[in-house]
Amino acid sequence: MSPENRPSPDKRPLSPHLNIYKFRLHMFISITHRITGVGVATGLLALVYWLAAAAYGPESFARVQYVYQSWFGYLCLLGWTVCLFYHLCNGIRHLFWDIGWGFEKNQYMNSGLAVLAATFVLTAASWFIGLSG
Amino acid sequence: MKMRSALGQVRGLGSAKTGTDHWYTERLTALALVPLTLWFVASLISGIGSDYQTLKAWMEVPGHMAMTALMIIVTYWHGALALGVVIEDYVHNKTAEIASLIAIKFGAFVWAVVALVAILKLGLGD
Repeated sequence: MSPENRPSPDKRPLSPHLNIYKFRLHMFISITHRITGVGVATGLLALVYWLAAAAYGPESFARVQYVYQSWFGYLCLLGWTVCLFYHLCNGIRHLFWDIGWGFEKNQYMNSGLAVLAATFVLTAASWFIGLSG
Repeated sequence: MKMRSALGQVRGLGSAKTGTDHWYTERLTALALVPLTLWFVASLISGIGSDYQTLKAWMEVPGHMAMTALMIIVTYWHGALALGVVIEDYVHNKTAEIASLIAIKFGAFVWAVVALVAILKLGLGD
């Protein structure tokens, strides 16, 4: 086959995509790492807005605090806390994989469940301490 | 007429050399962010942001200012690398891909500088 007749790269067959696989919890745990990473980054915009408002003085800080301490602000903060702890815990799991640990089936199953549990515990503990303090 | 295949064109151009740099830096910053993030979140929970005076007094401690600045710089680095990968994976239009990559790199840098200026103003300002 001459080079001109060769199928162009985007016409070549692709490997099977997501929709042929049966859903598994660990697919969810995997893609959630990315989603929560983007979530953390989005929340960081609000964190820097908060710091910048404080740098402009007590009045602008009070205005931002008013919004952040509304029910909507708390809802966003709760979402951000979940994203942060998930990405942190699963990130540590990834670092262990990077040095070659935890690839046995029962190990990655259990570490995935541990990430979900740790996210819940850390989020609940943070809000309990934060609100009671 | 192009007589050479894509593989033929790339052969002989040398090794990738810095090929693992992106991957390695993402891991290195992740490792550093574990203690930095835990420290900053613990500080927030302890109530450093309850009001303006408390936040300012907290930031005036040099160690707090240095640690917060470190957290910001490493977060910027990790985030800029990682969001770039997300764009490369999901934005398939070449023009949109390059435009979003530029926007992310610029945006992350602006984000970090604004944060650092705010930290310095709070910690050093009167």
